Amino acid sequence: MMETNNASLPSAAGEGAHSQTPCLAVSGLSLRFGKGCPMCAAEEAQLERNVCPACGTVHAVRDVSLDVYPGEIVGIVGESGSGKSSLMKCIYFDQEATAGDVRVLPYDGGAGNVLELSPQHKRSVRNTVFGMVYQNPYLGLRMDFSSLSNIAEQMIASGERSVDRMCARGYELLGEVNIPERRAKDAPALFSGGMQQRVQIAKALSNNPPILLLDEVTTGLDLSVQASVLDLILRIRRDHNVSMVVVSHDLGVIRMLADRTIVMLDGRVIERGLTDQILEDPQHPYTQQLVYSLL
Amino acid sequence: MQRLYNFAFFDEASKREIRRAIVKGISIPGYQVPFASREMPIGRGWGTGGLQVTLAIIGSDDVLKVIDQGCDESVNAVNIKKLVSATTDVEVTDDTARATLIQSRHRIPEEPLRDDQILVLQVPTPEPLRDFEPSEAKTRMLHAEADYTGAWLGLFDRIVRFGDASAGADHPCLVNGRYVMAPSPIPRFDTMKLDRAEHLTLFGAGREKKIYAVPPHTRVAPLDFCDRPFRTESFEGLSCRLCGATGVYLDEFVDERSGETVHQCNDTAFCAKRRAACAAACAGEKENE
Repeated sequence: MMETNNASLPSAAGEGAHSQTPCLAVSGLSLRFGKGCPMCAAEEAQLERNVCPACGTVHAVRDVSLDVYPGEIVGIVGESGSGKSSLMKCIYFDQEATAGDVRVLPYDGGAGNVLELSPQHKRSVRNTVFGMVYQNPYLGLRMDFSSLSNIAEQMIASGERSVDRMCARGYELLGEVNIPERRAKDAPALFSGGMQQRVQIAKALSNNPPILLLDEVTTGLDLSVQASVLDLILRIRRDHNVSMVVVSHDLGVIRMLADRTIVMLDGRVIERGLTDQILEDPQHPYTQQLVYSLL
Repeated sequence: MQRLYNFAFFDEASKREIRRAIVKGISIPGYQVPFASREMPIGRGWGTGGLQVTLAIIGSDDVLKVIDQGCDESVNAVNIKKLVSATTDVEVTDDTARATLIQSRHRIPEEPLRDDQILVLQVPTPEPLRDFEPSEAKTRMLHAEADYTGAWLGLFDRIVRFGDASAGADHPCLVNGRYVMAPSPIPRFDTMKLDRAEHLTLFGAGREKKIYAVPPHTRVAPLDFCDRPFRTESFEGLSCRLCGATGVYLDEFVDERSGETVHQCNDTAFCAKRRAACAAACAGEKENE
């Protein structure tokens, strides 16, 4: 029950999801801070949460594997400090992973490990394949530049040199996330939290990335704004068949968005399966506690 | 001359260190070479970078010209000239053609420079990516990887917010197809004077502790978008009210008595030279009569 066979997955995403090759394949990804020692390097090492009692090394992400198929939304849940965001940062190259293998189908057909690319190629993966939305808009946006410039940034980075085309695309995307045209030239610093989050989503979509990474997108937003952001995410998936990895500690968000869900604790994946399965019939004691604490 | 200081104010070791930075800058056009910016008898931000470059390369047979926004007589230019001539005894001049070493702030002289002249520009902010990325460690990385998204984004943001007309001085340029450089706050009118120039241009940023260079005959291409080409300030239909020059960088004044808008050469030495030549020609004509 605990480990679900990926290939037989039913999905709401349409034909794309029946493809056998994952769009994004992560295997054995680890991130640790500290040298490590023989004791914590062992496969089933007993750590104090995620800290090695012998050498004090912090194992933020331990041997995480996950596949995302085209058009699929994979949810990652877990408490604060469980390594969800660190995992996302490693995939997006914000943080250098200690070990692991990440294959990206839309970049090179999944031929090579993108973690081993040169910084220039990593940047091209970031700019053309991934779209990232951070929990904190200050991480994802340049608050003093206009919203249009924020959206143009990745287009410029991937070689676009026409102001008119970039402006047209910017207005189109801002329209898609319901930001009125008259605010397009304003800096996101002047916007409300919900609007900033929507500008971030528009920015992430600028290059039509096949894979979106969403890190706690709705945290800290009020309920009606949350609903409209979630709506927007589902609409993007429907219209563009984008694959997504959604990190959240909010099970409601995961229930609404994710086809499959991974549960993380202390840097490890402790349970994975269909979202409904995880929420209705959790197997791991931690997941049970997590699900039952949902009111 | 009573020697209170070593020739050119600096001790020889300091001059050598600065020269070494200059040579490295010339070898890698547009690359910002860090150097140990000295305490100077003028405040940081008042041309100490340019002054240090000048003092490091000046020789006793040089002829020095110092201008500040086109003017030889501004306080800052005069003070720098006084300091350099007091410690070196070199000749100072206002005449661009006679000078071998020209230190300038915010302008390149109107008279085209020759291959035996060196232009030293004072730079407040040498980093074209600073608005985009505050961390020096990161901007160095961006230069190393030739990722100039930030410079383009700055231009895009200005176009989006203010329309392209207001893009101001210090327009970022790609030097020799490799490094993007801040050409110091010279007007766009002067930017193209750096492209494949006959003369050597040295940039000194005292506060930011950087030296960089554009060697002679080096390509300098201002960044621009395909549908918003780089344009210099236009003075079409305008001329200097004093010397009648056209096709030069003009300052705009409002005549307080008549309320009229008038224009005048920004390069004062250039204007004075033209007027003197004109006066001489007129005098010559009178004599002939």
